Amino acid sequence: MAADAVAEALEGDEAVGRRIARGGGRLILPLLAIAVLVGLWWLATIAFGWKPFLVPSPKDVWNELVRQRHLLPGHVEATVVETLEGFGLAIVIAVPVAVLIAYSRVLEASIYPALVALNAIPKIAIAPLLVIWMGFGAGPKIAMVVLICFFPIVISTATGLKATPGEFVELSRSLASSRRQEFVKFRFPAALPYVFVGLKVAITLAVIGAVVGEFVGATKGLGYVIVASGQNANTSLAFAAIVLLSLLSIALFYAIVLIERLMIPWAADEQQL
Amino acid sequence: MSAIEIDGISQVFRSRKARVHALDDITLTVEENEFITLVGRSGCGKSTLLRIIAGLLPATRGEVRVDGARVTRPRRDVSLMFQRSALLPWRSVIGNVLLPVEILKLDPKQYRRRAEELLTVAGLEGFEDRKPRELSGGMQQRVALCRALVHEPSVLLMDEPFAALDALTREELSLELQRIWSEYRKTIVFVTHSIQEATLLADRIVVMSPRPGRIARVLDVRAPRPRSLGVTAHADELDRVSAELHELLFARELEPLGGDQPRATSIG
Repeated sequence: MAADAVAEALEGDEAVGRRIARGGGRLILPLLAIAVLVGLWWLATIAFGWKPFLVPSPKDVWNELVRQRHLLPGHVEATVVETLEGFGLAIVIAVPVAVLIAYSRVLEASIYPALVALNAIPKIAIAPLLVIWMGFGAGPKIAMVVLICFFPIVISTATGLKATPGEFVELSRSLASSRRQEFVKFRFPAALPYVFVGLKVAITLAVIGAVVGEFVGATKGLGYVIVASGQNANTSLAFAAIVLLSLLSIALFYAIVLIERLMIPWAADEQQL
Repeated sequence: MSAIEIDGISQVFRSRKARVHALDDITLTVEENEFITLVGRSGCGKSTLLRIIAGLLPATRGEVRVDGARVTRPRRDVSLMFQRSALLPWRSVIGNVLLPVEILKLDPKQYRRRAEELLTVAGLEGFEDRKPRELSGGMQQRVALCRALVHEPSVLLMDEPFAALDALTREELSLELQRIWSEYRKTIVFVTHSIQEATLLADRIVVMSPRPGRIARVLDVRAPRPRSLGVTAHADELDRVSAELHELLFARELEPLGGDQPRATSIG
């Protein structure tokens, strides 16, 4: 039955796809896909006879996860805290910048190209500099997360603020709203679906940012675990950390989706996911 | 004093390529509590004229006075309703109706009662807490009408408010508007493409001709109210007016001079 469901969903039959999505398929289908991938991985390790220190099997990784169960939660926590602090700080900085860009032609013309240029710099290249400037604590990691999240949030928020439907603008003008009223009552709420598009892109990038930060001069965090296990040729542990990282990314992404559903349920019809 | 005085209004839109003469020397006086419909074919500048009266668009020449005062920007006693309901999807029905009250900083308590009363009159009792997307197109326009009336404007400008609805809903809402208008007397300027709507609703019908937009004729509709499109005593009068409108709107002299010019403007 599940196989039929997959086949039909793949055929692109929207009505059927939606029915499956509603009937718990939203959970079943991705889990199924992951199970298939893990199965293939396992098969490959057996079929090609890969050595566990090169490519561990899912079982090796699981055993490592169990063995390190007292050590890993602390590292997960460090990465989560850096990610969320950086993400929050990025929102606090990016949204006002987006408002400035949306409201001022001059600022848009001056800030926008600079932002694009800044975003074009590979963030990894800055990581060592951040350590020099901010030391070995959480600071440079959070800064890395902010740098990497900032751009998508600014772009999506500014786009949303400028995409207010014409009839809302006309209504607002006909009521002689002040600029503040127009922003609070029309433009900002209308921009929220766009803002959430940016937040969903940013939250997955945020985890990457934290890990990149931890690659350079860290003593904890999943990024540190990956680097350290590489140095000890403990491939299973590196894989375990990577698995935890992707689980973390998925959890944070769906947390944002959940917040979106709660905050702007009215937009749910227009966008799936 | 007349409610609205339109005095020699001309409007020219200039773009890089074209110069569009949208309105030419429009002069019209609308009396207090009068129901005027503006009828004309596409491109005759009906909507442009409405926006000038609303103070959303400065006229190239001439002036509009509402209540004796020259219009230079939107006034709080002039309310506007559009073809699209423009309801805010994140607000409930009552929240949408109360939007003008919030923006104009009126007493929320007093006007909440008025909003509820308006919704009841519009047949939306019990829908106060619904979201716009849960309503049909016709119901959404009723909410938009309540919103346009909540802050007790003296003038209501309506830009093809029922044009996006199906024919039956449209007729139903026309009748309803008539009923609501008789309850809360307002000066109304109502833009429409529909001869039926124009005849049913108006005290006077202003027929406009396109390119440039001019007033071709003003017709009085003398049928008593409430009117309906069914078989009634005044059916003859309504038939006569709508026949005359057909003649006017499809007459040769109302055609644009250059024949089928490309439509340079999408306004009106």
